[in-house]
Amino acid sequence: MSDVKKIATRESYGNTLVELGRAHSDVVVLDADLAAATKTCIFQKVFPERHFNFGIAEENMIAAAAGMAAMGLVPFASSFAMFAAGRAYEQVRNSVGSPHLNVKIGASHGGISVGEDGASHQCCEDFALMRTIPGMAVLCPADDVEAKAAVRAAYEWDGPVYLRFGRLAVPVFHEEAGFTFQIGKGEVLTQGNDVAILATGLLVYEALLAAQALKNEGISARVINLCTIKPLDEELVVAAARECGKVITCEEHSVIGGLGEAVAALLSETQPTPMRRIGVQDVFGYSGPAAELLKQFGLCGSHIAEVARAFVRG
Amino acid sequence: MTNEEKHQLAVAACQVRIGIIMSTHAAKAGHPGGSLSAAEVFAYLYNRELRIDPKNPQWEDRDRFVLSKGHAAPGLYAALAYRGFFPVEDLLTLRHIGSYLQGHPCMNTVPGVDMSTGSLGQGVSCAAGMAKAAKYLGNGANIYALLGDGEIAEGEVWEAFLFAAHYRLDNLCVLIDLNGLQIDGATKDVMNLEPVDAKLEAFGFNVVSVDGHDFDALESAFAFFHGCQGQGKPTAILLYTVKGKGVSYMENQVSWHGKAPNDAEYEIAMDELTAALAELEAAQ
Repeated sequence: MSDVKKIATRESYGNTLVELGRAHSDVVVLDADLAAATKTCIFQKVFPERHFNFGIAEENMIAAAAGMAAMGLVPFASSFAMFAAGRAYEQVRNSVGSPHLNVKIGASHGGISVGEDGASHQCCEDFALMRTIPGMAVLCPADDVEAKAAVRAAYEWDGPVYLRFGRLAVPVFHEEAGFTFQIGKGEVLTQGNDVAILATGLLVYEALLAAQALKNEGISARVINLCTIKPLDEELVVAAARECGKVITCEEHSVIGGLGEAVAALLSETQPTPMRRIGVQDVFGYSGPAAELLKQFGLCGSHIAEVARAFVRG
Repeated sequence: MTNEEKHQLAVAACQVRIGIIMSTHAAKAGHPGGSLSAAEVFAYLYNRELRIDPKNPQWEDRDRFVLSKGHAAPGLYAALAYRGFFPVEDLLTLRHIGSYLQGHPCMNTVPGVDMSTGSLGQGVSCAAGMAKAAKYLGNGANIYALLGDGEIAEGEVWEAFLFAAHYRLDNLCVLIDLNGLQIDGATKDVMNLEPVDAKLEAFGFNVVSVDGHDFDALESAFAFFHGCQGQGKPTAILLYTVKGKGVSYMENQVSWHGKAPNDAEYEIAMDELTAALAELEAAQ
Protein backbone atom coordinates (compact mmCIF):
# COMPACT_ATOMS: atom_id res chain seq x y z
CA MET A 1 0.00 0.00 0.00
CA SER A 2 3.04 2.28 -0.17
CA ASP A 3 2.92 3.45 -3.79
CA VAL A 4 -0.79 4.34 -3.92
CA LYS A 5 -1.97 7.29 -5.93
CA LYS A 6 -3.09 10.27 -3.82
CA ILE A 7 -5.98 12.62 -4.56
CA ALA A 8 -7.75 15.12 -2.28
CA THR A 9 -11.47 14.38 -1.95
CA ARG A 10 -12.26 18.06 -2.68
CA GLU A 11 -10.79 17.39 -6.13
CA SER A 12 -13.13 14.40 -6.53
CA TYR A 13 -16.02 16.71 -5.57
CA GLY A 14 -15.19 19.27 -8.26
CA ASN A 15 -14.76 16.61 -10.93
CA THR A 16 -18.00 14.83 -10.09
CA LEU A 17 -19.96 18.08 -10.12
CA VAL A 18 -19.02 18.43 -13.78
CA GLU A 19 -20.22 14.91 -14.48
CA LEU A 20 -23.52 15.66 -12.69
CA GLY A 21 -23.82 18.98 -14.49
CA ARG A 22 -23.56 17.25 -17.85
CA ALA A 23 -26.26 14.75 -16.94
CA HIS A 24 -28.70 17.01 -15.07
CA SER A 25 -29.72 20.54 -15.92
CA ASP A 26 -31.14 21.08 -12.41
CA VAL A 27 -27.67 20.95 -10.83
CA VAL A 28 -26.36 24.38 -9.81
CA VAL A 29 -23.24 25.09 -7.79
CA LEU A 30 -22.86 27.82 -5.20
CA ASP A 31 -19.66 29.05 -3.65
CA ALA A 32 -18.57 31.80 -1.31
CA ASP A 33 -15.29 33.05 -2.77
CA LEU A 34 -13.52 29.74 -2.27
CA ALA A 35 -14.10 28.12 -5.65
CA ALA A 36 -10.38 27.56 -6.21
CA ALA A 37 -10.08 25.79 -2.86
CA THR A 38 -13.35 23.84 -2.74
CA LYS A 39 -12.68 22.87 -6.38
CA THR A 40 -16.05 24.06 -7.62
CA CYS A 41 -13.86 26.08 -10.00
CA ILE A 42 -13.71 22.90 -12.10
CA PHE A 43 -17.49 23.09 -12.54
CA GLN A 44 -17.34 26.86 -13.03
CA LYS A 45 -15.04 26.47 -16.03
CA VAL A 46 -17.45 24.13 -17.79
CA PHE A 47 -20.74 25.66 -16.63
CA PRO A 48 -20.16 29.34 -15.82
CA GLU A 49 -23.89 30.10 -16.12
CA ARG A 50 -24.67 27.55 -13.41
CA HIS A 51 -21.98 28.52 -10.93
CA PHE A 52 -23.09 31.29 -8.58
CA ASN A 53 -20.52 33.07 -6.48
CA PHE A 54 -21.96 34.65 -3.35
CA GLY A 55 -18.84 36.46 -2.23
CA ILE A 56 -17.83 35.93 1.37
CA ALA A 57 -21.40 35.51 2.62
CA GLU A 58 -22.08 31.92 3.68
CA GLU A 59 -25.29 32.63 5.59
CA ASN A 60 -26.91 34.16 2.53
CA MET A 61 -25.54 31.37 0.34
CA ILE A 62 -27.09 28.57 2.39
CA ALA A 63 -30.50 30.24 2.73
CA ALA A 64 -30.48 31.16 -0.96
CA ALA A 65 -29.70 27.51 -1.73
CA ALA A 66 -32.87 26.64 0.18
CA GLY A 67 -34.81 29.06 -2.02
CA MET A 68 -33.32 27.50 -5.15
CA ALA A 69 -34.26 24.02 -3.94
CA ALA A 70 -37.80 25.25 -3.31
CA MET A 71 -37.86 26.23 -7.01
CA GLY A 72 -36.91 22.67 -8.01
CA LEU A 73 -33.16 23.02 -8.51
CA VAL A 74 -30.56 20.80 -6.84
CA PRO A 75 -28.01 23.23 -5.42
CA PHE A 76 -24.58 22.12 -4.23
CA ALA A 77 -23.51 24.87 -1.84
CA SER A 78 -19.81 24.91 -1.08
CA SER A 79 -17.46 26.44 1.40
CA PHE A 80 -15.00 25.30 4.03
CA ALA A 81 -16.54 23.04 6.68
CA MET A 82 -15.92 25.74 9.27
CA PHE A 83 -18.16 28.22 7.48
CA ALA A 84 -20.71 25.92 5.84
CA ALA A 85 -21.48 23.97 9.01
CA GLY A 86 -20.24 26.50 11.53
CA ARG A 87 -21.02 30.04 10.49
CA ALA A 88 -24.13 29.09 8.52
CA TYR A 89 -25.32 26.48 11.02
CA GLU A 90 -28.57 28.24 11.75
CA GLN A 91 -29.39 28.73 8.07
CA VAL A 92 -28.72 25.02 7.53
CA ARG A 93 -30.99 24.17 10.44
CA ASN A 94 -33.86 26.55 9.78
CA SER A 95 -33.93 27.19 6.03
CA VAL A 96 -32.66 23.81 4.77
CA GLY A 97 -33.22 21.24 7.52
CA SER A 98 -36.57 22.24 8.92
CA PRO A 99 -38.40 22.27 5.55
CA HIS A 100 -36.25 19.27 4.46
CA LEU A 101 -35.16 20.99 1.26
CA ASN A 102 -33.06 19.24 -1.34
CA VAL A 103 -29.82 21.14 -0.70
CA LYS A 104 -26.42 19.44 -0.86
CA ILE A 105 -23.70 21.06 1.22
CA GLY A 106 -20.24 20.35 -0.12
CA ALA A 107 -17.87 21.27 2.69
CA SER A 108 -14.18 21.06 2.01
CA HIS A 109 -11.23 21.58 4.35
CA GLY A 110 -12.72 19.53 7.17
CA GLY A 111 -10.58 18.52 10.14
CA ILE A 112 -7.04 19.07 11.40
CA SER A 113 -5.48 18.24 8.01
CA VAL A 114 -6.30 21.76 6.82
CA GLY A 115 -2.78 22.22 8.14
CA GLU A 116 -0.98 25.55 8.10
CA ASP A 117 -4.08 27.78 8.36
CA GLY A 118 -4.44 26.65 11.95
CA ALA A 119 -7.27 26.50 14.47
CA SER A 120 -9.60 29.12 12.97
CA HIS A 121 -10.00 26.97 9.86
CA GLN A 122 -9.64 23.44 11.27
CA CYS A 123 -13.26 22.44 11.71
CA CYS A 124 -13.58 19.44 14.03
CA GLU A 125 -17.19 20.07 15.02
CA ASP A 126 -19.11 19.72 11.75
CA PHE A 127 -20.28 16.12 12.23
CA ALA A 128 -21.68 17.10 15.62
CA LEU A 129 -23.47 20.17 14.29
CA MET A 130 -24.91 18.47 11.22
CA ARG A 131 -25.90 15.23 13.00
CA THR A 132 -28.26 17.10 15.29
CA ILE A 133 -30.38 18.35 12.41
CA PRO A 134 -33.33 16.01 11.81
CA GLY A 135 -33.32 14.45 8.34
CA MET A 136 -29.77 15.55 7.48
CA ALA A 137 -27.53 12.87 5.92
CA VAL A 138 -23.87 13.29 6.92
CA LEU A 139 -21.15 11.80 4.72
CA CYS A 140 -17.36 11.81 4.94
CA PRO A 141 -15.78 9.85 2.07
CA ALA A 142 -12.42 8.15 2.50
CA ASP A 143 -10.83 8.47 -0.92
CA ASP A 144 -11.35 9.62 -4.48
CA VAL A 145 -13.39 6.62 -5.60
CA GLU A 146 -15.74 6.82 -2.66
CA ALA A 147 -15.99 10.63 -2.80
CA LYS A 148 -17.11 10.54 -6.42
CA ALA A 149 -19.70 7.89 -5.61
CA ALA A 150 -20.87 9.87 -2.59
CA VAL A 151 -21.44 13.02 -4.64
CA ARG A 152 -23.47 11.04 -7.17
CA ALA A 153 -25.46 9.40 -4.38
CA ALA A 154 -26.08 12.79 -2.76
CA TYR A 155 -27.64 14.03 -5.99
CA GLU A 156 -29.96 11.01 -6.09
CA TRP A 157 -30.84 11.29 -2.37
CA ASP A 158 -34.12 13.08 -1.74
CA GLY A 159 -33.33 15.63 0.97
CA PRO A 160 -30.47 17.55 2.50
CA VAL A 161 -26.98 16.03 2.54
CA TYR A 162 -23.82 17.28 4.22
CA LEU A 163 -20.65 16.08 2.48
CA ARG A 164 -17.28 16.61 4.13
CA PHE A 165 -14.19 16.66 1.94
CA GLY A 166 -10.52 17.11 2.78
CA ARG A 167 -7.83 19.50 1.66
CA LEU A 168 -5.05 16.92 1.84
CA ALA A 169 -4.32 14.47 -0.98
CA VAL A 170 -5.04 11.01 0.43
CA PRO A 171 -4.36 7.49 -0.88
CA VAL A 172 -6.88 6.02 -3.30
CA PHE A 173 -7.37 2.50 -1.98
CA HIS A 174 -10.72 1.60 -3.51
CA GLU A 175 -10.86 -0.03 -6.92
CA GLU A 176 -13.08 1.93 -9.29
CA ALA A 177 -14.26 -1.24 -11.05
CA GLY A 178 -17.13 -2.89 -9.26
CA PHE A 179 -17.28 -0.27 -6.53
CA THR A 180 -20.75 0.27 -5.18
CA PHE A 181 -21.91 2.92 -2.76
CA GLN A 182 -25.09 3.46 -0.84
CA ILE A 183 -25.84 6.21 1.66
CA GLY A 184 -26.39 4.57 5.05
CA LYS A 185 -24.33 1.46 4.29
CA GLY A 186 -20.94 0.77 5.84
CA GLU A 187 -18.21 -1.23 4.16
CA VAL A 188 -16.28 -4.10 5.75
CA LEU A 189 -12.69 -3.79 4.53
CA THR A 190 -10.95 -6.49 6.54
CA GLN A 191 -12.30 -9.55 8.32
CA GLY A 192 -11.38 -10.01 11.96
CA ASN A 193 -12.83 -10.79 15.36
CA ASP A 194 -10.42 -9.43 17.97
CA VAL A 195 -11.40 -5.80 17.60
CA ALA A 196 -13.60 -3.72 15.30
CA ILE A 197 -12.08 -0.51 13.99
CA LEU A 198 -14.79 1.81 12.70
CA ALA A 199 -13.35 4.71 10.75
CA THR A 200 -14.48 7.55 8.54
CA GLY A 201 -12.76 9.88 6.09
CA LEU A 202 -8.99 9.83 5.78
CA LEU A 203 -8.73 7.64 8.88
CA VAL A 204 -10.10 4.66 6.99
CA TYR A 205 -6.80 4.20 5.16
CA GLU A 206 -4.94 4.71 8.44
CA ALA A 207 -7.13 2.02 10.02
CA LEU A 208 -6.14 -0.33 7.20
CA LEU A 209 -2.47 0.37 7.92
CA ALA A 210 -3.12 -0.34 11.58
CA ALA A 211 -4.93 -3.59 10.76
CA GLN A 212 -1.97 -4.76 8.70
CA ALA A 213 0.47 -4.05 11.52
CA LEU A 214 -1.83 -5.77 14.02
CA LYS A 215 -2.16 -8.80 11.77
CA ASN A 216 1.61 -9.27 11.87
CA GLU A 217 1.28 -9.40 15.64
CA GLY A 218 -1.51 -11.95 15.58
CA ILE A 219 -4.40 -9.55 16.22
CA SER A 220 -7.24 -9.71 13.70
CA ALA A 221 -9.01 -6.40 13.28
CA ARG A 222 -12.26 -5.86 11.44
CA VAL A 223 -11.94 -2.53 9.69
CA ILE A 224 -15.24 -0.95 8.76
CA ASN A 225 -15.52 2.18 6.65
CA LEU A 226 -18.42 4.33 7.82
CA CYS A 227 -18.61 7.02 5.18
CA THR A 228 -22.17 7.68 6.26
CA ILE A 229 -22.14 9.02 9.79
CA LYS A 230 -25.88 9.62 9.63
CA PRO A 231 -27.99 7.59 9.02
CA LEU A 232 -25.61 5.16 10.71
CA ASP A 233 -25.41 1.56 9.48
CA GLU A 234 -26.69 0.27 12.81
CA GLU A 235 -26.93 -3.37 11.80
CA LEU A 236 -23.31 -3.52 10.68
CA VAL A 237 -22.05 -1.68 13.77
CA VAL A 238 -24.02 -3.82 16.21
CA ALA A 239 -22.91 -7.05 14.50
CA ALA A 240 -19.28 -5.94 14.61
CA ALA A 241 -19.58 -5.09 18.30
CA ARG A 242 -21.23 -8.40 19.09
CA GLU A 243 -18.73 -10.48 17.13
CA CYS A 244 -15.56 -8.58 18.07
CA GLY A 245 -16.40 -7.53 21.63
CA LYS A 246 -14.26 -4.41 21.36
CA VAL A 247 -14.84 -1.31 19.27
CA ILE A 248 -12.52 1.53 18.30
CA THR A 249 -13.82 4.56 16.43
CA CYS A 250 -11.51 6.80 14.38
CA GLU A 251 -12.41 10.23 13.03
CA GLU A 252 -10.74 13.50 12.13
CA HIS A 253 -13.22 15.29 14.37
CA SER A 254 -13.72 16.06 18.02
CA VAL A 255 -14.43 12.97 20.09
CA ILE A 256 -17.44 14.98 21.23
CA GLY A 257 -20.49 14.65 19.04
CA GLY A 258 -19.08 12.80 16.06
CA LEU A 259 -18.84 9.20 14.86
CA GLY A 260 -17.51 7.95 18.20
CA GLU A 261 -20.43 9.30 20.15
CA ALA A 262 -22.91 8.13 17.53
CA VAL A 263 -21.54 4.58 17.83
CA ALA A 264 -21.35 4.80 21.64
CA ALA A 265 -24.97 5.95 21.84
CA LEU A 266 -26.12 3.10 19.63
CA LEU A 267 -24.13 0.39 21.39
CA SER A 268 -24.92 1.55 24.92
CA GLU A 269 -28.59 0.99 24.18
CA THR A 270 -28.38 -2.19 22.11
CA GLN A 271 -25.08 -4.00 22.55
CA PRO A 272 -23.01 -2.51 25.40
CA THR A 273 -19.41 -2.94 24.30
CA PRO A 274 -16.08 -1.58 25.59
CA MET A 275 -14.90 1.23 23.30
CA ARG A 276 -12.00 3.51 22.57
CA ARG A 277 -12.56 6.75 20.67
CA ILE A 278 -9.75 8.10 18.52
CA GLY A 279 -10.26 11.70 17.44
CA VAL A 280 -9.44 15.24 18.46
CA GLN A 281 -9.51 15.23 22.25
CA ASP A 282 -11.52 18.38 23.00
CA VAL A 283 -8.76 20.77 22.01
CA PHE A 284 -8.26 23.29 19.21
CA GLY A 285 -5.76 22.58 16.47
CA TYR A 286 -2.76 24.66 15.46
CA SER A 287 -0.66 25.44 12.40
CA GLY A 288 1.68 22.95 10.80
CA PRO A 289 2.07 20.57 7.88
CA ALA A 290 -0.99 18.32 7.67
CA ALA A 291 0.87 15.01 7.87
CA GLU A 292 2.77 16.11 10.96
CA LEU A 293 -0.39 17.44 12.63
CA LEU A 294 -2.24 14.18 12.01
CA LYS A 295 0.60 12.33 13.77
CA GLN A 296 0.64 14.76 16.68
CA PHE A 297 -3.11 14.39 17.16
CA GLY A 298 -2.89 10.61 17.02
CA LEU A 299 -4.84 10.46 13.78
CA CYS A 300 -2.59 7.90 12.11
CA GLY A 301 -2.16 4.18 11.62
CA SER A 302 0.55 3.77 14.22
CA HIS A 303 -1.55 5.38 16.95
CA ILE A 304 -4.62 3.35 16.00
CA ALA A 305 -2.48 0.19 16.18
CA GLU A 306 -1.11 1.25 19.55
CA VAL A 307 -4.59 1.84 20.97
CA ALA A 308 -5.84 -1.46 19.53
CA ARG A 309 -2.91 -3.41 20.89
CA ALA A 310 -3.36 -2.09 24.42
CA PHE A 311 -7.13 -2.57 24.16
CA VAL A 312 -6.96 -6.20 22.95
CA ARG A 313 -4.17 -7.29 25.26
CA GLY A 314 -5.66 -5.07 27.99
CA MET B 1 -58.11 50.72 -9.64
CA THR B 2 -61.88 51.27 -9.53
CA ASN B 3 -63.65 52.31 -6.35
CA GLU B 4 -65.28 48.91 -6.35
CA GLU B 5 -61.88 47.18 -6.43
CA LYS B 6 -60.53 49.44 -3.74
CA HIS B 7 -63.56 48.70 -1.63
CA GLN B 8 -63.02 44.97 -2.02
CA LEU B 9 -59.43 45.37 -0.91
CA ALA B 10 -60.55 47.34 2.15
CA VAL B 11 -62.93 44.50 3.00
CA ALA B 12 -60.15 41.96 2.49
CA ALA B 13 -57.78 43.91 4.77
CA CYS B 14 -60.48 44.11 7.43
CA GLN B 15 -61.00 40.35 7.17
CA VAL B 16 -57.26 39.81 7.54
CA ARG B 17 -57.40 41.89 10.75
CA ILE B 18 -60.35 39.89 12.05
CA GLY B 19 -58.42 36.68 11.26
CA ILE B 20 -55.38 37.99 13.15
CA ILE B 21 -57.40 38.84 16.26
CA MET B 22 -59.42 35.60 16.17
CA SER B 23 -56.38 33.39 15.70
CA THR B 24 -54.06 35.03 18.23
CA HIS B 25 -56.88 35.14 20.79
CA ALA B 26 -57.56 31.44 20.23
CA ALA B 27 -53.84 30.68 20.42
CA LYS B 28 -53.39 32.82 23.54
CA ALA B 29 -50.11 33.80 21.88
CA GLY B 30 -48.68 35.23 18.68
CA HIS B 31 -47.76 38.56 17.16
CA PRO B 32 -50.73 40.80 16.40
CA GLY B 33 -48.88 44.15 16.14
CA GLY B 34 -46.68 43.43 13.14
CA SER B 35 -49.41 41.35 11.51
CA LEU B 36 -51.92 44.22 11.69
CA SER B 37 -49.44 46.73 10.26
CA ALA B 38 -49.14 44.54 7.16
CA ALA B 39 -52.87 43.81 6.68
CA GLU B 40 -53.23 46.07 3.63
CA VAL B 41 -50.16 44.68 1.88
CA PHE B 42 -51.28 41.09 2.61
CA ALA B 43 -54.72 41.92 1.17
CA TYR B 44 -53.21 43.63 -1.87
CA LEU B 45 -50.71 40.87 -2.59
CA TYR B 46 -53.16 37.98 -2.31
CA ASN B 47 -56.09 39.66 -4.05
CA ARG B 48 -54.45 41.77 -6.73
CA GLU B 49 -50.72 41.33 -7.15
CA LEU B 50 -49.60 37.70 -6.94
CA ARG B 51 -50.19 35.31 -9.82
CA ILE B 52 -51.46 32.38 -7.76
CA ASP B 53 -54.15 29.74 -7.82
CA PRO B 54 -55.70 28.74 -4.49
CA LYS B 55 -56.87 25.49 -6.11
CA ASN B 56 -53.34 24.66 -7.20
CA PRO B 57 -51.00 26.06 -4.56
CA GLN B 58 -48.00 24.22 -6.06
CA TRP B 59 -48.51 25.64 -9.57
CA GLU B 60 -44.95 25.80 -10.92
CA ASP B 61 -45.12 29.18 -12.61
CA ARG B 62 -46.80 30.99 -9.73
CA ASP B 63 -45.30 34.04 -8.13
CA ARG B 64 -43.70 33.34 -4.77
CA PHE B 65 -44.19 35.20 -1.53
CA VAL B 66 -41.75 34.79 1.35
CA LEU B 67 -42.76 36.15 4.74
CA SER B 68 -39.27 36.97 5.97
CA LYS B 69 -40.82 38.54 9.09
CA GLY B 70 -42.23 35.10 9.86
CA HIS B 71 -43.79 36.15 13.16
CA ALA B 72 -46.48 37.97 11.13
CA ALA B 73 -47.81 34.48 10.31
CA PRO B 74 -51.31 35.30 11.66
CA GLY B 75 -51.63 37.94 8.94
CA LEU B 76 -50.36 35.62 6.21
CA TYR B 77 -52.60 32.77 7.35
CA ALA B 78 -55.65 35.04 7.42
CA ALA B 79 -54.90 36.34 3.91
CA LEU B 80 -54.49 32.77 2.62
CA ALA B 81 -57.62 31.52 4.34
CA TYR B 82 -59.86 34.33 3.09
CA ARG B 83 -58.36 33.84 -0.39
CA GLY B 84 -59.52 30.22 -0.33
CA PHE B 85 -56.32 28.27 0.31
CA PHE B 86 -57.82 26.63 3.41
CA PRO B 87 -60.89 26.99 5.64
CA VAL B 88 -61.17 30.25 7.59
CA GLU B 89 -62.26 28.33 10.72
CA ASP B 90 -58.85 26.63 10.79
CA LEU B 91 -57.37 29.98 11.82
CA LEU B 92 -58.67 29.17 15.31
CA THR B 93 -56.19 26.27 15.51
CA LEU B 94 -53.18 28.62 15.27
CA ARG B 95 -50.31 27.43 17.47
CA HIS B 96 -52.38 24.54 18.83
CA ILE B 97 -50.83 21.09 19.16
CA GLY B 98 -51.43 19.15 15.96
CA SER B 99 -52.36 22.21 13.90
CA TYR B 100 -50.73 22.83 10.54
CA LEU B 101 -50.79 26.52 11.38
CA GLN B 102 -47.53 26.64 13.31
CA GLY B 103 -46.34 29.71 15.17
CA HIS B 104 -44.13 30.55 12.21
CA PRO B 105 -44.90 29.59 8.59
CA CYS B 106 -44.15 26.05 7.41
CA MET B 107 -44.07 25.43 3.66
CA ASN B 108 -44.58 21.69 4.05
CA THR B 109 -47.93 21.90 5.82
CA VAL B 110 -49.68 25.17 4.89
CA PRO B 111 -51.20 25.43 1.41
CA GLY B 112 -49.93 28.63 -0.18
CA VAL B 113 -46.86 29.10 1.99
CA ASP B 114 -43.87 29.15 -0.35
CA MET B 115 -41.05 29.12 2.22
CA SER B 116 -40.61 28.18 5.84
CA THR B 117 -39.49 31.20 7.82
CA GLY B 118 -39.31 32.53 11.33
CA SER B 119 -35.64 33.08 12.00
CA LEU B 120 -35.22 36.71 10.95
CA GLY B 121 -32.98 37.57 8.03
CA GLN B 122 -33.19 34.20 6.33
CA GLY B 123 -36.39 34.63 4.34
CA VAL B 124 -35.02 37.41 2.18
CA SER B 125 -32.00 35.23 1.32
CA CYS B 126 -34.35 32.41 0.37
CA ALA B 127 -36.33 34.84 -1.79
CA ALA B 128 -33.15 36.05 -3.49
CA GLY B 129 -32.23 32.42 -4.18
CA MET B 130 -35.71 31.84 -5.63
CA ALA B 131 -35.37 34.90 -7.85
CA LYS B 132 -32.00 33.69 -9.11
CA ALA B 133 -33.47 30.23 -9.71
CA ALA B 134 -36.44 31.70 -11.59
CA LYS B 135 -34.00 33.55 -13.86
CA TYR B 136 -31.95 30.38 -14.41
CA LEU B 137 -35.07 28.33 -15.14
CA GLY B 138 -36.45 31.01 -17.41
CA ASN B 139 -39.81 30.95 -15.70
CA GLY B 140 -41.48 34.31 -15.38
CA ALA B 141 -42.22 34.11 -11.69
CA ASN B 142 -41.79 37.23 -9.60
CA ILE B 143 -40.57 36.78 -6.05
CA TYR B 144 -41.81 38.95 -3.18
CA ALA B 145 -40.39 39.10 0.33
CA LEU B 146 -41.83 41.00 3.27
CA LEU B 147 -39.38 42.06 5.97
CA GLY B 148 -39.82 43.89 9.24
CA ASP B 149 -37.88 47.04 9.97
CA GLY B 150 -36.25 45.57 13.06
CA GLU B 151 -35.29 42.56 10.94
CA ILE B 152 -33.00 44.52 8.68
CA ALA B 153 -30.49 44.87 11.51
CA GLU B 154 -29.56 41.28 10.63
CA GLY B 155 -26.35 41.28 8.59
CA GLU B 156 -27.60 38.49 6.37
CA VAL B 157 -30.26 40.84 4.97
CA TRP B 158 -27.55 43.06 3.50
CA GLU B 159 -25.73 40.02 2.11
CA ALA B 160 -28.97 39.18 0.31
CA PHE B 161 -29.35 42.76 -0.94
CA LEU B 162 -25.80 42.71 -2.36
CA PHE B 163 -26.55 39.41 -4.06
CA ALA B 164 -29.85 40.65 -5.55
CA ALA B 165 -28.19 43.70 -7.07
CA HIS B 166 -25.09 41.82 -8.23
CA TYR B 167 -27.17 39.25 -10.10
CA ARG B 168 -29.56 41.91 -11.46
CA LEU B 169 -32.62 40.25 -9.93
CA ASP B 170 -35.29 42.57 -11.28
CA ASN B 171 -37.84 39.84 -10.60
CA LEU B 172 -37.34 40.40 -6.86
CA CYS B 173 -39.58 42.79 -4.95
CA VAL B 174 -38.47 43.45 -1.37
CA LEU B 175 -41.16 44.92 0.88
CA ILE B 176 -40.18 46.41 4.21
CA ASP B 177 -42.83 47.04 6.84
CA LEU B 178 -41.53 50.16 8.58
CA ASN B 179 -43.84 50.31 11.56
CA GLY B 180 -41.08 51.84 13.66
CA LEU B 181 -41.36 49.50 16.62
CA GLN B 182 -39.63 46.29 17.64
CA ILE B 183 -39.63 44.13 20.77
CA ASP B 184 -37.32 46.31 22.84
CA GLY B 185 -38.79 49.64 21.79
CA ALA B 186 -38.69 52.16 18.97
CA THR B 187 -36.50 50.97 16.12
CA LYS B 188 -34.71 54.34 16.08
CA ASP B 189 -33.70 53.73 19.72
CA VAL B 190 -32.90 50.01 19.54
CA MET B 191 -30.80 50.20 16.36
CA ASN B 192 -31.31 53.15 14.11
CA LEU B 193 -31.87 52.15 10.47
CA GLU B 194 -32.43 55.48 8.83
CA PRO B 195 -32.07 56.45 6.10
CA VAL B 196 -33.41 53.12 4.80
CA ASP B 197 -34.16 54.45 1.31
CA ALA B 198 -30.66 55.84 0.80
CA LYS B 199 -29.10 52.63 2.11
CA LEU B 200 -31.11 50.52 -0.34
CA GLU B 201 -30.37 52.87 -3.21
CA ALA B 202 -26.69 52.60 -2.37
CA PHE B 203 -27.08 48.81 -2.45
CA GLY B 204 -28.39 49.01 -6.02
CA PHE B 205 -32.17 48.90 -5.55
CA ASN B 206 -34.92 50.90 -7.15
CA VAL B 207 -36.68 52.31 -4.09
CA VAL B 208 -40.15 53.68 -3.52
CA SER B 209 -41.62 54.79 -0.18
CA VAL B 210 -45.37 54.68 0.38
CA ASP B 211 -48.08 54.76 3.01
CA GLY B 212 -48.51 51.03 3.59
CA HIS B 213 -52.19 51.42 4.49
CA ASP B 214 -53.18 53.27 1.29
CA PHE B 215 -54.29 51.05 -1.60
CA ASP B 216 -53.72 53.71 -4.26
CA ALA B 217 -50.17 54.09 -2.96
CA LEU B 218 -49.69 50.32 -2.97
CA GLU B 219 -50.98 50.14 -6.53
CA SER B 220 -48.50 52.78 -7.67
CA ALA B 221 -45.68 51.05 -5.77
CA PHE B 222 -46.30 47.71 -7.47
CA ALA B 223 -46.67 49.50 -10.80
CA PHE B 224 -43.26 51.03 -10.08
CA PHE B 225 -41.86 47.51 -9.50
CA HIS B 226 -43.26 46.24 -12.80
CA GLY B 227 -42.07 49.37 -14.59
CA CYS B 228 -38.54 48.72 -13.36
CA GLN B 229 -38.48 45.12 -14.56
CA GLY B 230 -36.18 44.50 -17.45
CA GLN B 231 -33.72 47.10 -16.19
CA GLY B 232 -31.66 44.67 -14.15
CA LYS B 233 -32.23 46.12 -10.69
CA PRO B 234 -34.24 44.69 -7.80
CA THR B 235 -37.00 46.83 -6.30
CA ALA B 236 -37.64 47.78 -2.68
CA ILE B 237 -40.99 49.10 -1.52
CA LEU B 238 -40.78 50.84 1.84
CA LEU B 239 -44.12 50.59 3.57
CA TYR B 240 -44.62 53.23 6.23
CA THR B 241 -47.18 51.73 8.57
CA VAL B 242 -48.66 51.85 12.06
CA LYS B 243 -47.96 48.86 14.25
CA GLY B 244 -51.22 47.40 15.56
CA LYS B 245 -53.21 49.34 12.92
CA GLY B 246 -56.97 48.90 13.10
CA VAL B 247 -57.29 48.01 16.78
CA SER B 248 -57.40 51.25 18.77
CA TYR B 249 -55.54 50.14 21.88
CA MET B 250 -52.84 48.28 19.91
CA GLU B 251 -51.87 51.12 17.57
CA ASN B 252 -48.29 52.28 18.06
CA GLN B 253 -47.99 50.25 21.26
CA VAL B 254 -44.81 48.22 21.41
CA SER B 255 -46.38 45.98 24.08
CA TRP B 256 -48.60 44.44 21.37
CA HIS B 257 -45.66 43.10 19.40
CA GLY B 258 -45.91 39.60 20.75
CA LYS B 259 -48.89 39.00 23.00
CA ALA B 260 -52.46 37.90 22.41
CA PRO B 261 -55.58 39.78 23.45
CA ASN B 262 -57.36 38.35 26.51
CA ASP B 263 -61.12 37.78 26.41
CA ALA B 264 -62.06 41.36 27.27
CA GLU B 265 -59.51 42.82 24.84
CA TYR B 266 -60.70 40.39 22.20
CA GLU B 267 -64.28 41.67 22.56
CA ILE B 268 -63.18 45.28 22.12
CA ALA B 269 -61.02 44.48 19.08
CA MET B 270 -63.75 42.41 17.45
CA ASP B 271 -66.33 45.12 18.10
CA GLU B 272 -64.11 47.66 16.41
CA LEU B 273 -63.28 45.46 13.45
CA THR B 274 -66.80 44.17 12.85
CA ALA B 275 -68.06 47.76 13.03
CA ALA B 276 -65.44 48.75 10.47
CA LEU B 277 -66.49 45.86 8.25
CA ALA B 278 -70.18 46.72 8.61
CA GLU B 279 -69.40 50.31 7.68
CA LEU B 280 -67.59 49.14 4.57
CA GLU B 281 -70.47 46.90 3.61
CA ALA B 282 -72.99 49.67 4.21
CA ALA B 283 -70.95 52.04 2.07
CA GLN B 284 -71.13 49.68 -0.89
